[in-house]
Amino acid sequence: MTTDTARRGGIRLGDRVFAGSAATAGALILIVLAAVAVFLIAQSLPALGAGPGELPGTAQNFWVYVWPLVFGTIWSAFLALLVATPLSIGIALFISHYAPRRLAQALGYVIDLLAAVPSVVFGLWGIVVLAPFVQPMYSWLVANLGWIPLFAGPVSGTGRTVLTASVVLAVMVLPIMTAICREVFLQAPRLHEEAALALGATRWEMIRMAVLPFARAGIVSAIMLGLGRALGETMAVAMVLSPALVVNMFLLTSINPNTIAANIALQFPEATGVSVNALIASGLVLFLVTLGINMIARYIVGRRRAFSGANA
Amino acid sequence: MTTTTSTPSATTMPGAGAVAARRGGLYAAARLPRGTAWATLAASWLVTGGLFGILDAAGASDGFNLVGTIFFGTVLFDVAIWSLALLVEGRRRALDRLVTSLVSTAFVIALLPLVSLVATVLQNGLARFDTAYFTESMRNVIGAGGGGLHAIVGTLEITGMATLISVPVGLLASIYLVEYGRGALARGITFFVDVMMGIPSIVAGLFAFALFALATGNPGIRSGFVGAVSLSVLMIPVVVRSSEEILRLVPNELREASLALGVPKWLTVLKIVLPTSIAGLVTGVMLAIARVIGETAPLLIVAGFTASMNYDLFSDRMMTLPVFVYTQYTQAAGLHAQAAVDRAWAGALTLIIIVMVLNLAGRVIARIFAPRYGR
Repeated sequence: MTTDTARRGGIRLGDRVFAGSAATAGALILIVLAAVAVFLIAQSLPALGAGPGELPGTAQNFWVYVWPLVFGTIWSAFLALLVATPLSIGIALFISHYAPRRLAQALGYVIDLLAAVPSVVFGLWGIVVLAPFVQPMYSWLVANLGWIPLFAGPVSGTGRTVLTASVVLAVMVLPIMTAICREVFLQAPRLHEEAALALGATRWEMIRMAVLPFARAGIVSAIMLGLGRALGETMAVAMVLSPALVVNMFLLTSINPNTIAANIALQFPEATGVSVNALIASGLVLFLVTLGINMIARYIVGRRRAFSGANA
Repeated sequence: MTTTTSTPSATTMPGAGAVAARRGGLYAAARLPRGTAWATLAASWLVTGGLFGILDAAGASDGFNLVGTIFFGTVLFDVAIWSLALLVEGRRRALDRLVTSLVSTAFVIALLPLVSLVATVLQNGLARFDTAYFTESMRNVIGAGGGGLHAIVGTLEITGMATLISVPVGLLASIYLVEYGRGALARGITFFVDVMMGIPSIVAGLFAFALFALATGNPGIRSGFVGAVSLSVLMIPVVVRSSEEILRLVPNELREASLALGVPKWLTVLKIVLPTSIAGLVTGVMLAIARVIGETAPLLIVAGFTASMNYDLFSDRMMTLPVFVYTQYTQAAGLHAQAAVDRAWAGALTLIIIVMVLNLAGRVIARIFAPRYGR
C-alpha cells in the first residue's frame, strides 16, 4: 500500500516536473514576445517626447523624423512585392502543376536554397552584380520614358536606386512566398482538377477554374508574409540603396527614401544619447507594423486550414 | 525569322487550322508538332544571343551578356510561342501555351539570381580563400593580408550560445504543444510562434539591446552574449515549428503501447517519442542554425565589430562573419581597398559554404534516418 502510493507519487512528481517545464517553455515564448514589446516601448519613450535639436538631423519631433523612413519602408516593400508576387505564383504553379512529378521536389529545394543565402551576401551581389547590370537600362528608361514621373531623372550613375534594392528584396522574399503558394496549390482538390480536364479544359483553364479559386486565401497570406519579410529586411537595403531622408517616388535617381531597418543598421553603431532612443522607437514602429501584418496573414492561413481539413 | 521555319508541318494545311481555330474547337484544330516549344526557345536564345553578340562586337557593352541573352531570349520565346499557337492552334490553346511558357519563364528568372550569385561569390571569394585567412585576425593589419579567424570564432561562439538557449526552450515548447497542449495556451503559442517567425531580425537585435542596456545600466552595451540572445529570439520559433511537425509524425500506437505497459508519460516522451524522431529533430535544429548563422543586422548593432580576437562572450565587442563581410566591404577605401573587398568576398564564400553544408547535411540526415512505416 505504502509503496504503491509512493510510486504513484513518484510518477506524479516526474510527470508534473516534465509537464511543468514543457508548459513553462511554451509560456516563455509568449513572455519573450511580450518582453520585446515592453522593452522597446520602455527604451522608446525618451525619443517620443524629444524636442527639436535632440533628434538626429533637423527633425522637429519624432514623427517628422520617422515619416520618411516609414514611407521608404512601405514603398520599397510594395515594389518588391510587385515583382515577387507574379513570379512566386508562377514558380509555385510550375513546381506543383507543370514540372515532371519526379523533378518537382528537387526544384523546390533549389528555390529553398535561395532562402539559405545570407542577406549580407545578397547585399554584396546587389552592389557588385545587379546594380551595374541594370544601370544601362535605367539610363535608357530615363532618356526615353523620362516623361513618366516614376522614371524622372537625373539617372543614378551607380544603379543603386530604390528599384534595384526592391529587386534584391523580391529575390529574398521569393522562397517563402513560393513555399506557401506551392503548398496551397498542391492542396487543391484532385477530383476538381480531373473533372475540369475531363470536360476538355486546357491545363491553364483547369488551373483557373479548379486551382486558383481554391488557393486565393493562401495566395493572399503568402503576399502578406512576403510583405512582412520585405518590410523588415535590413542588410540588403542598407548596402544597395544610396539613401537620403526624403519622401519621393522616383525609381531611378540617386536620392532615395531610406527604410527603417536599413536606417537603424547604418546609424546605430555611431549613435549616442537620444539618437539611440529614436532608432529604437523607429524599430518599435517597424515591429508593430510587421506584427500586425503577420497576425492577419496567419489568421487567414489558419482559417483556411480549418476549412480544408487537408492539414489536420 | 528562324521561328517560322521551324514549323513546316503545321503550315502545310493553314486553311483547316484557321477554320478550326475560328470555331474555337480543340480537337479539330491542327497541333504544333512535338518539340516546337523547345525549337522556338532555342531559336529565341540564338536571336537574342546574336543581338548581344553584335552589341559586344560593336563595343557597346563590355563582354558578352549571357544573363541578358537568357532573360530577353526567354521573353521573346513567350511572345513567339503565343503567336505561333494563335495562328495554328486557336485562341484557347495559344493561351495555354502562353501560360506554360510564362510559368517556366518565372522559374528560369528565379534561377538566374541564384546562379549568378553563386558564380560571383566563387569567382571573387577564391582570391583570399587561403590559410592566412583562416589563421589570422585583423589586429594591426593595414592593407593586404590578415584574415577572418576572429570573425569565424565569434560566429561559432555566438551561434553555439544561441543554439544552447534555443534548443531546450524550443524543444520543450514543441513537446508541450504536441503531448500536453490543450486549450487557449496551446492555441496562443501556436499562433504567436508563427507570428514570431515574422519578427524582423533588426527588431530582435534592438530588443536584446534594450533588455541588456536596462538590466546592466550600460547604455552602450556590446557583447557576444547579447548577440546570442537576439539570435535566440529568431531561432526559437524555427525550432518549435520544425520539432512540432516532426513530433506529430510519431505514430500514436507507439505512445499507447508504452503507456499500456505502465510507463509514465514523461518517460514515454523521453524514451519513446524523442528517440523515434531524433533524426528529424537534428535536421530541424541544423536548418534553424543555418537560418540564423547568416544574420547580420542584429549582430551589427549588439555585438559590434572589432579587429581583434575575443573569446569572451560576456564582455566587449565580438566580430562575426556576416558583420566582417559587411564592414570589410563598406570600409574598403583608399590604397588597399581591393584587399578589403577580397576579404569580404572570402568571408561571403565561407558563410555560403557553412550554410549550404548545414542545409545539405540536415536534409541528408532526414532522408537517411527517416522512420519508415512499412505498409
